[in-house]
Amino acid sequence: MSDAQSAQSTSTATMTQPYRTDWREVLGKPELGVFLILLAMGVFLSLYTDTFLTSTNIFNILRAFSWIAISAFGQCMVIITAGIDLSVGSVMALAGLASAMLLVRGVSVPVAVLAGLLTGLIVGLLNGFMITKGKLPPFIATLGSMFMARGLCYGVTGGWPVRGLPQAFRNLGQYDIPIAGLGVPLPLIFMLVFAALTSIFLTRTVWGYRIYAVGGNEMATALSGINTDRVKIMVYSLSGLLTGIGGVLMTARLGVAAPTAAAGYELDVIAAVVVGGTSLAGGEGTILGVLIGAAIMQVLRNGLVLMGVSAYWLQAVQGLVIVVAIMLDQLRKWRR
Amino acid sequence: MSEQDTILRMKGICKAFPGVQALDNVDFEAKAGEVVALVGENGAGKSTLMKILCGAYRKDKGQIFLHDREIEIESPHHAQQLGIAIIYQEFNLTPNQSVAANIFIAREPRQRGLGRVLNFVDRRRMEQEAQQHLERVGARVPATALIRDLSVAQQQMVEVAKALAVNSRIIIMDEPTSALGEDEVETLFGIINTLKEQGIAIIFITHRLEEVFRIADRVVVLRDGQRVGSMTIDEATPEKIIHLMVGRELTDMFHKEEAPVGEPLLHVEGLTRRGVVEDVSFTLRRGEILGFAGLVGAGRTETARLLFGIDRKDAGEIWIEGQPVRISSPVDAVAAGLGFVPEDRGLQGLVLKLPVLENIVLPTLDHHAQAGWVNQRSLFNTAQNFVDKLNIRTPHLRQKAMFLSGGNQQKVVLAKWLALHPKVLIMDEPTRGIDVGAKAEVHALMSQLAQAGMGIIMISSELPEIMGMSDRILVMHEGRVTAILDRDEASQEKVMAYASGEVNNATVNSAMNMNKGVRA
Repeated sequence: MSDAQSAQSTSTATMTQPYRTDWREVLGKPELGVFLILLAMGVFLSLYTDTFLTSTNIFNILRAFSWIAISAFGQCMVIITAGIDLSVGSVMALAGLASAMLLVRGVSVPVAVLAGLLTGLIVGLLNGFMITKGKLPPFIATLGSMFMARGLCYGVTGGWPVRGLPQAFRNLGQYDIPIAGLGVPLPLIFMLVFAALTSIFLTRTVWGYRIYAVGGNEMATALSGINTDRVKIMVYSLSGLLTGIGGVLMTARLGVAAPTAAAGYELDVIAAVVVGGTSLAGGEGTILGVLIGAAIMQVLRNGLVLMGVSAYWLQAVQGLVIVVAIMLDQLRKWRR
Repeated sequence: MSEQDTILRMKGICKAFPGVQALDNVDFEAKAGEVVALVGENGAGKSTLMKILCGAYRKDKGQIFLHDREIEIESPHHAQQLGIAIIYQEFNLTPNQSVAANIFIAREPRQRGLGRVLNFVDRRRMEQEAQQHLERVGARVPATALIRDLSVAQQQMVEVAKALAVNSRIIIMDEPTSALGEDEVETLFGIINTLKEQGIAIIFITHRLEEVFRIADRVVVLRDGQRVGSMTIDEATPEKIIHLMVGRELTDMFHKEEAPVGEPLLHVEGLTRRGVVEDVSFTLRRGEILGFAGLVGAGRTETARLLFGIDRKDAGEIWIEGQPVRISSPVDAVAAGLGFVPEDRGLQGLVLKLPVLENIVLPTLDHHAQAGWVNQRSLFNTAQNFVDKLNIRTPHLRQKAMFLSGGNQQKVVLAKWLALHPKVLIMDEPTRGIDVGAKAEVHALMSQLAQAGMGIIMISSELPEIMGMSDRILVMHEGRVTAILDRDEASQEKVMAYASGEVNNATVNSAMNMNKGVRA
């Protein structure tokens, strides 16, 4: 009932005060459902284990999913345009590798980091061009670049990991900033900053509006005189760039750039996005949802380990959670 | 005609959706061999009632009797088993399969023996039986043809044959004529008469009143979820039906207010896309409404698409205000001052998933932004302004476009273009599928725009609309312009004659250089 009714009663208020929060609207938000799931998991794990609710563990969780989440912000934009980016796992590895290879050759940290980000951006740009100008379906184009980027990782390293990264670089992933007596991991801060930036980008800029429009109805958007190719090239580039950032942070955290790094992460990233309520059909999704989705996946991983579940069972449970979370989301839509 | 038993009786049907009572205590009945026209403005509840009947929705309250036995329709599949079939405006056919496969979808006959165990389809039997069903509706379509190779009218026939193949006793047709040309409508009415003779009840949803009088035995009128009238066709008059539908008198349908016609605004010369549009030339003046008449498939929409840069043209030049312009994409077209209200609102006009607000401001986002940063208050004010001005009925600006009625959706599309202040507005079937009240509002708006100096190209398949709204009428046949008529010299008969290619008149406009055709 809520939609039209609350709409009716608040319509006059909305006209004069477009920014006021309407709680009934908040209750209807898709993020609420996944947030409750996350909360339930947290409460359960706090009661069931002694180790879950400690600041060390919480920060471990937050640090561990920060690069997945940063990449997922980009993936979220891609999926809102009804696309998909399968290349993100490989790009994460390639971007980290690019930075690492420059670092061991004595290049300064800022330049090496920039090179890592640029690597991500370039792959994203290529994805965008293959999809728009090359008329390839996003699945195929990014499947191709997934293999190409991974192959490049193996090719340039001969399969060997790159070690011996300077501490200044590793600090990006390992340093904890003392805030209010707690050591807040730096990657967590990066994640929150990029969450805010992408969220504002999506909801407050012309480009954000166009991203939703392209995903909602590409033809109608094109007929409105909008260059939809440009919008798509932009989202794939941003996905590449954000993935590059994630890759650099991951490499800094691990202190080593392996060509096998982040294998299969594209699926973790996509899972975070869809668990967070973004529709694969396009046109809807929020960064807040993605953040919660990414957190759910990591809490799950962490919780199962704390509960002593064999690591071999991890993936089975993860799969189950993805399916159940999306089923709940579908139920929510059905009821309306 | 067989005996007049009432085979279907719906009593006291209620159905609520979030925020609206879609149906309020509605009764409905249909007899064997009867054509019941179901009319009402958009949002009156016609589709909801029919969706309950065919199992797509569950009713909240009420009873349904089929052959005097109360039934509970549980699903579309169940409705089909009960002999109730619905033919939607968008057909449920798989384009890459044969006609036979579509008619027997989910019930394909199996081969005998081992083939039966292995679920092999008996293609020959399927095609033979499909052909019989096609003959019952008088369709001259081979059962082996692929759906994608058929015309819209032929696809509709396949849908009817499919309904007959499952022994349907009640066939619901949701605006079956909206995609058909005049002659195809004749064929459809022929089929409906055949079905009547076979004792099948037909429920016919339509917006075109003249069709009601041509084909229906009885007419049921809904308004705001309630049944406001039911009468035999002998008791009905168009005025009476319109009065019941809108609850008010409607005078002056299709009336264009005079607007001063000024200097040439848009000039098109030799527009061609081989095999589709051949050598189309015309001039549109300031304050003028130029009607594009013709049968479905005559190339009117295709001409508009070329003009707007959606499809690539093989030849042709375009001038706006005397300046040659290059248009090779909608982006160019918008920059040149063109607007395009497409034929299909849901597919091409709107982003249904997004709110009214976003839809209205989509092409003009840049006007409300600085360095890409959107000024939300400015967006809100602009959108609200259009909602008030065009009388768009929506509870609030955040309502998703998909929840609006057809007429209000069309006004959102209009608002979107008006926000751009185009010099020329192309409107493809601007009032198709919208109710009488909204239609009048759209027409009034068109008059206003013309008075304000805009040039309007209006493609319409409704002759009364063409005759009433146009200053001049461009008639097309098979991709070519067959005539450009002044309002005074045009008559329905004349337009139809040119549209059907019976006459070819190349002398009407000396500015046109299309002398390849036969001179009249």
